[in-house]
Amino acid sequence: MPAEAKFDSVDGLHTFPRLLFNHAKVRADAPAMREKYLGIWQTWSWADVAERVRALACGLSALGFKRGDNLAIIGDNRPHLYMMMSAAQCLGGVPVPLYQDAVANEMLFVLQDAGIRFAVVEDQEQVDKMLEIMGEVGTLEQIIYDDPRGMRHYNQPCLHDIHELMEMGRIHDRNHPDFLNEEVIKGHFDDISVMLYTSGTTGKPKGVCQTHSAFIAAAQGGVEVDHLGADGDILSYLPMAWVGDHLFSYAQALVAGFTINCPESGETVMTDLREIGPTCYFAPPRVFESLLTSVMIRMEDAGKIKQKLFHHFMAVAKRCGSDILDGKAVGFGDRFQYWLGNLLVYGPLRNVLGMSRIRVAYTAGAAIGPELFRFYRSMGVNLKQFYGQTETCAYVCLQPDGQIKFDSVGQPAPGVEIRIADNGEVLVKGPMLLKEYYKRPDATAESINADGYFMTGDAGFLDEDGHLKIIDRAKDVGKLKNGAMFAPNYIENKLKFFQHIKEVVCFGHDREMVCAFVNIDVGAVGNWAERRGISYSGYADLAGKPEVLELIRECVEQINADLVHDTMVADSQIHRFLVLHKELDPDDDELTRTRKVRRNFVAEKYKVLIDALYEGKANQFIETEVKFEDGRRGKVSADLKIVDAKHFPIVKKAA
Amino acid sequence: MSKKIGDVILDLQNISLRFGGVKALTDISFDVRQHEIRAIIGPNGAGKSSMLNVINGVYHPQEGKIFWHGKERKKMEPHMAAQQNIARTFQNIALFKGMSVLDNIMTGRITKMKANFIEHALWFGRARREELEHRKKVEEVIDFLEIQHIRKTPVGRLPYGLQKRVELGRALAAEPSMLLLDEPMAGMNVEEKQDMCRFILDVNDQFGTTIVLIEHDMGVVMDISDRVVVLDYGKKIGDGVPDVVKNSEEVIKAYLGAGH
Repeated sequence: MPAEAKFDSVDGLHTFPRLLFNHAKVRADAPAMREKYLGIWQTWSWADVAERVRALACGLSALGFKRGDNLAIIGDNRPHLYMMMSAAQCLGGVPVPLYQDAVANEMLFVLQDAGIRFAVVEDQEQVDKMLEIMGEVGTLEQIIYDDPRGMRHYNQPCLHDIHELMEMGRIHDRNHPDFLNEEVIKGHFDDISVMLYTSGTTGKPKGVCQTHSAFIAAAQGGVEVDHLGADGDILSYLPMAWVGDHLFSYAQALVAGFTINCPESGETVMTDLREIGPTCYFAPPRVFESLLTSVMIRMEDAGKIKQKLFHHFMAVAKRCGSDILDGKAVGFGDRFQYWLGNLLVYGPLRNVLGMSRIRVAYTAGAAIGPELFRFYRSMGVNLKQFYGQTETCAYVCLQPDGQIKFDSVGQPAPGVEIRIADNGEVLVKGPMLLKEYYKRPDATAESINADGYFMTGDAGFLDEDGHLKIIDRAKDVGKLKNGAMFAPNYIENKLKFFQHIKEVVCFGHDREMVCAFVNIDVGAVGNWAERRGISYSGYADLAGKPEVLELIRECVEQINADLVHDTMVADSQIHRFLVLHKELDPDDDELTRTRKVRRNFVAEKYKVLIDALYEGKANQFIETEVKFEDGRRGKVSADLKIVDAKHFPIVKKAA
Repeated sequence: MSKKIGDVILDLQNISLRFGGVKALTDISFDVRQHEIRAIIGPNGAGKSSMLNVINGVYHPQEGKIFWHGKERKKMEPHMAAQQNIARTFQNIALFKGMSVLDNIMTGRITKMKANFIEHALWFGRARREELEHRKKVEEVIDFLEIQHIRKTPVGRLPYGLQKRVELGRALAAEPSMLLLDEPMAGMNVEEKQDMCRFILDVNDQFGTTIVLIEHDMGVVMDISDRVVVLDYGKKIGDGVPDVVKNSEEVIKAYLGAGH
């Protein structure tokens, strides 16, 4: 592997524990982690973190954790859980973060598959889940918890308070002062550093084994391209089990030495964001979208003068903002106006959004609307897209400063090679590739071809400047009955850019026309309804209102008018659609935990609705079972109206 | 989970309360033990809130005796109840609507504040030290009730369920040994009720607080209470553990029988 030569020479800093202990030496007093607790930001310096990691690692070892063991980590982003990752790595173990909002039974598979003996969890809720499935997991021996609240009456011998573990570790460390250093030195860059389970859009989740060198390579590349330094701050609020969080909050933080900040709770993220003012921020497109929506809603309630100012300067920003950010030539008049706008509008707005100090903001995971993308960039937020998978450490393409295209995911990142297969599939190769799928040599062999390229499963192409454009999942791209290409994601994304539409599922493979399910965005549509005096009792009621159906029909027809100009997809105009009576939900297995639609599952579950769409019925009754967060089940039913949308005749261009 | 229920801390003997000619409570006796959750139930107008007001010192019964920690309690005012570490919440939310959640909960600490008016006004000496201490306590309550995200929000802007939680927070800030809850779950949806139940059980479990609550939702009462008193038309018609009360004929009649 090319990575080998590169990292062997770099001062021996080729595993994460080595990086950590180096930071503790070089910048001992600089802040490494912050967490808001009891209303106050508590800070741990690199020296504090290293001391705790040391104690935790020794404690784990005293409990019987051995080289090669897997350590399950389940909970919100807490400093102690991040420290536990390092602690496991110190001992040559592998941290396996799990999605914390999954119910016990969903965790069962991963715990069994990874043969988990040790689990570190956040609180009582997670402890209960572990105890519930402990018998079925079989291998699970010890559970360590961070938050002692509500744990007073638990007297199972397998439970340990993390603070007790640390004390235990400190004693162990005093008695065997050389133990941990030796363990850390034993660590090799080609060891597995972390195991991240894929969300499992298809089939059972697979454990993706990544090595230290892979994640360090990915982190270094990102840090170089975007000039992230030790003085940075990042807000760590996305699930620890997600590759992006592991890259930004763990790998990059340890490579660059910047500070990670953990919010007080899931609901306070926006307040915490304002207080911290991070220099680097990641959010999926829907977060950027809801931020923009909330700004627009508040602007509508502002006074006349403020509204005038806002709209005037937003127009200025739209005209020249992105160009100024990209360092392109802009006339003096516009520059002056933009300067004034920055003083009056953009600056204060960035401040309200907690984006005053942002050097780079990232989005990925789904397509972002060009309007949305342009909005943030034009007001001076350096928003970028990137592209990658769990298997590639989320590091394949980056958008370098000054070369941002709205519809591409950027150029291959340093060290990454990209090739497009004959069927349009994107193939990648580089130091950040996975070592293997855990215990699945068959899947590993399937996903990496003979030349050592990883097959991403995405269909895309490289444009004339070498920027990668992604069209859809390769396996989702189908054909209509008449042979025209059908790329469902492409159409769905176009529709999802409307603020009133949250989710869309299109059908059309092997059919004569395209039909769609639509989920409304209850916030935006609710607000829209309120302004028009339309009363509604809940999601299902709102979704069934004739006015709402009319609203969605307009959106669909706009897209149809748009599609007809594009010869590749002109046949994919949406002929009929319906608005679902419930939101698609990961708890009902309709979405993955990363909120991607599980297309086949949805198609099967709502088969009656699809049939009704294609049989030309005007409405269809449906009853569905829903699962609540606490595991209870209920039923929702509705009589859904099916709407015909106007579509446009295809004008064949003369050749 | 097991918890230790202690001795009787509040003993009410033969309480009768009249408003003019209207008999609100007639000859009622029951006791409350330390660390238990004691529910008072009954149909509308049965005298439940009156009973709570008697415990709290708002009403003074014409007949009967009240023993608090073994000592007979003479005529008492509500602020004295607060000093004796009895806190309560109200059937209709009684918060300061224009003030933030934080400030509202802070008012629960007032009986603990020792600095005088001048010191508070100038935020000087004891007042400053005290406020930091109280703020810490209040933050612990906020953390306990998981309302960090609304810390600075004016209470009037919150949904009903959250306002109820804030009210519980204010009562908890006083670090009470006994907590009186007047219909803590009235008007809540299922999810809010579940949350509230969990908080009540957690308070009882974590701090050992004795809880006396009035509640209409039978499911809730039977689930979380250690013992239940049933009132009807100002008279006690049942008293005991939930299973006994549930099967008592008189209680069933009062709830299901004609006339209500």
